[in-house]
Amino acid sequence: MNVVTPPAKLTAKDFATDQEVRWCPGCGDYAILKGVQKTLADIGAVPEKTVFISGIGCAARFPYYMATYGFHTIHGRAPSFATGVKLANPELDVWVVSGDGDALSIGGNHLIHLLRRNVNLQFLLFNNEIYGLTKGQYSPTSRAGTRSPSTPLGSVDNPLSATLLALAAGARFVARAVDSQQKHLPGVLTRAHQHIGTSFVEIFQNCIVYNDGVFADFTAKDKIAGSQIAVEHGKPLVFGADGKMGLHVKPGAFEIDVVEIGVNGITENDILVHDETNKVLATLLAGMQGPAFPVAIGVLYCDPAASYEQGVEAVKERAPSHNNGDLNSLLRSGHTWQVD
Amino acid sequence: MVTNTALKTEVNDETLRQQLESAVVRFAGDSGDGMQVTGGQFTLSAALAGNNLATFPDFPAEIRAPVGTTFGVSSFQINFGSRVIKTSGDEFDLLVAMNPAALFVELKGLKAGGVIILDTGSFSERNLRKAGYQNNPLEDGSLSGYRVIGLDISQLTLDAVKDFGLTNKEALRCKNFWTLGYVFWMFANKRKETVEWLRKKFAKRPEIAEANIAALNAGHALGETSETADGFQGFTIPQTEQAEPGLYRTVMGSEAIAWGLATGARLAGLKLTFCSYPITPASSVLHTLSNMAEYNVTTFQAEDEIAAACAAIGASYAGTLGVTSSSGPGIALKGEAIGLAIGIEIPLIILNTQRAGPSTGLPTKTEQSDLYQAVYGRNADSPLVVLAARSPANCFDVAIEAVRLATKYMTPVMILSDGYIGNAAEPWLIPDIDSIKPFPVSFRTDPENFHPFVRDEATLARAWAIPGTPELMHRIGGIEKSYDSGHISYDPENHQKMTDVRAAKINGIAKDIPPQTVEVGPERGPVAVVGWGSTYGPINRAVTNLLDMGKTVSHIHLNNIWPLPTNLGALLSQFDKILVPEMNKGQLLTVLRSEFLAPAVGINKVTGQPFKIRELEQAILAEMEA
Repeated sequence: MNVVTPPAKLTAKDFATDQEVRWCPGCGDYAILKGVQKTLADIGAVPEKTVFISGIGCAARFPYYMATYGFHTIHGRAPSFATGVKLANPELDVWVVSGDGDALSIGGNHLIHLLRRNVNLQFLLFNNEIYGLTKGQYSPTSRAGTRSPSTPLGSVDNPLSATLLALAAGARFVARAVDSQQKHLPGVLTRAHQHIGTSFVEIFQNCIVYNDGVFADFTAKDKIAGSQIAVEHGKPLVFGADGKMGLHVKPGAFEIDVVEIGVNGITENDILVHDETNKVLATLLAGMQGPAFPVAIGVLYCDPAASYEQGVEAVKERAPSHNNGDLNSLLRSGHTWQVD
Repeated sequence: MVTNTALKTEVNDETLRQQLESAVVRFAGDSGDGMQVTGGQFTLSAALAGNNLATFPDFPAEIRAPVGTTFGVSSFQINFGSRVIKTSGDEFDLLVAMNPAALFVELKGLKAGGVIILDTGSFSERNLRKAGYQNNPLEDGSLSGYRVIGLDISQLTLDAVKDFGLTNKEALRCKNFWTLGYVFWMFANKRKETVEWLRKKFAKRPEIAEANIAALNAGHALGETSETADGFQGFTIPQTEQAEPGLYRTVMGSEAIAWGLATGARLAGLKLTFCSYPITPASSVLHTLSNMAEYNVTTFQAEDEIAAACAAIGASYAGTLGVTSSSGPGIALKGEAIGLAIGIEIPLIILNTQRAGPSTGLPTKTEQSDLYQAVYGRNADSPLVVLAARSPANCFDVAIEAVRLATKYMTPVMILSDGYIGNAAEPWLIPDIDSIKPFPVSFRTDPENFHPFVRDEATLARAWAIPGTPELMHRIGGIEKSYDSGHISYDPENHQKMTDVRAAKINGIAKDIPPQTVEVGPERGPVAVVGWGSTYGPINRAVTNLLDMGKTVSHIHLNNIWPLPTNLGALLSQFDKILVPEMNKGQLLTVLRSEFLAPAVGINKVTGQPFKIRELEQAILAEMEA
């Protein structure tokens, strides 16, 4: 009797290459690599149809460690290479890996246009608020006053919010995760993969050498419950060790505030319910900062629309055919004359 | 003295026309006067009449400069005739000046005794002042050396179209077709194609089409029924001799490049992904290809030049033919991405429609000053292939050759065109694509002994394995690769080896390109005039004229700029003197001197205008006698 053996399901390890990983010991990138490899196994990704594309920086070494197709390109331009790949072959499953300098400084323009076009791929921004590979200069997400080799007296510039930028650029999927929260990260990545269009995921990543602990105020184990809110579509926006803290529309104002259920007459009915299709709410969630507010993680916004590739294909189908693709006919169209 | 026309008693006698072997006509007017359209229609008519021709659209960078100003003058030049036409012509036989500014700017290019048609209706005090005239040239005798036909074209046009219910502004817009009708009469050209073109163009506004046709006919009729004071009866040009039999069309360089790229991709068995960012004068290639979806062409207007180059590389990485296009300043922005394409050894075509620089320079004026940029303009040792097109029609062949070399050798290829070639038109014996030998690409699918930088022994090209291929998953990037495994390598000896092999691969292409030939003149002798790109026409005509005068001189024209043909050094050594005319300060000159230690001398012009035949003849003669 012939038995067709189904192809063995790949595990996270099957997505690892034989290349020695060259991040600093303790770097948050290791955790993200692990999370991505687990996600690919979970979703049943096909290695030969998967492409990791990166720019320059510590995060950009990522493709070398994935047993898929990988393209390590130039600083800031990964979105453009990825757009070309998707235009050439929309069937490929593309992941772009970038960092805060790569995506928001040198490559800011490309990120904006990737998002507004809504190219169908996953964009992972490893945000460590510092330039790691060039040895520790402040980045566009560094908080004002950051001391670094290039700003010994503290940086002057205001930081950029990656998620607010993404929303403003027209992203249809905006999410956040934390490198070390391995139970949460693969779920967000799986959602990002399911989404058609550009899925923008900001991952808070700790740089142990140049910016250690910069997110500790909401990622340290003892801070998570009180300083993070993991949002889920259709569920109340509550946080805190016992889930009694929540977000609520401030009466008489167009803003939200933090309330405690059972205090000042607040009940569960007063707590906002997350609607990931609501861009205004997503913008409010993306803008929340500690210590007054918890930092929102999870899928802040997801409101699918046609992808760029779908649009391009639709336009091609609408294009009038002049001579069924026959180039000889094209060259002979218009005014010609015969010389005998 | 201005010659006005009076009604003739008899219809024109065609035998009274003055016969010319060829004629140069320059249409000049305000940017809004429609001179480019007029020139385009005249070109079509001349081509259909069996003339050989070359055109030169010469327009300002401003879309609509203030009316009546000298910097708003837009011109279109055509040289047409029965002999083989190689340039758009030196001095004009006929100047059409729609306003004083056009006369002011263009008069210096008119032959002594040449014909001027001008719209007297536009020679108002105000327009004369705007053009910079102190006195009215129609009255001060300054035009006495020319044959002036002064017509109140504005009023004649208004009269011709009065029955079509147009506004005054719309009616005056028919002026250019009235003028075209008159010029058609002057050269005995047919109006039929232009009438058809107008009906098609204004299909949604038939009254505009019919008014323009009425203007065209009225202009023509005035020529037929009026006579000039000196009895001038127009010109006649006999049909072209010696043209190779076959089907012809006119083609602009930008069209020929677009069609050549699509044809090249077809011959390689690839889809074409064309990624560009708008820039003058390169955008027309993007426009042409944007209408070519049915020929397996995808176009992408990127957010900037860098993104366009990177998207093209991404498209090649994924298995289509990536092409990016720009002009010099945009090519500069693409430099880092081109370096990556060289490093990962991927097919990529970069089209540079050169313009005058540096920086913004003269965006609509031509120059060939990006040869250094093409050959040397990147960081590190980063060789690529550079090809140059010599004429509008030649763009088609060069584009196909670029695709062949890019795919066979896994390398970026830069095509140098320029603003002149891109916008100019010439007749083209339409090729049969089925008769061109295909060069199909075979992607690597065999996992046996595969790594991404495994090379073909003969061509040194690496394997092209595209995402989606089972068992060939691999990682590539800008970091140096191990020669033996394709993995990242920081090994010093390996970097030496990889740098050497990248150079050897490009140098080896010299064996796969045609040997350099001599266009005209002997294969050895006292003087070789060596050119490249759009100077082909003027150099060839100048050298031919000198040969006719009994001088011994040869013309060599390079299509392959890098690598250079293997026999070029030996060929040049057969000449006592090497002259290199270029629209730059001497860039090919430097390459020839450095590659062959050749005693070459430059003839250089950077006015934004093509070489004139006469100035080349004089420069060559001066060097020959020096």
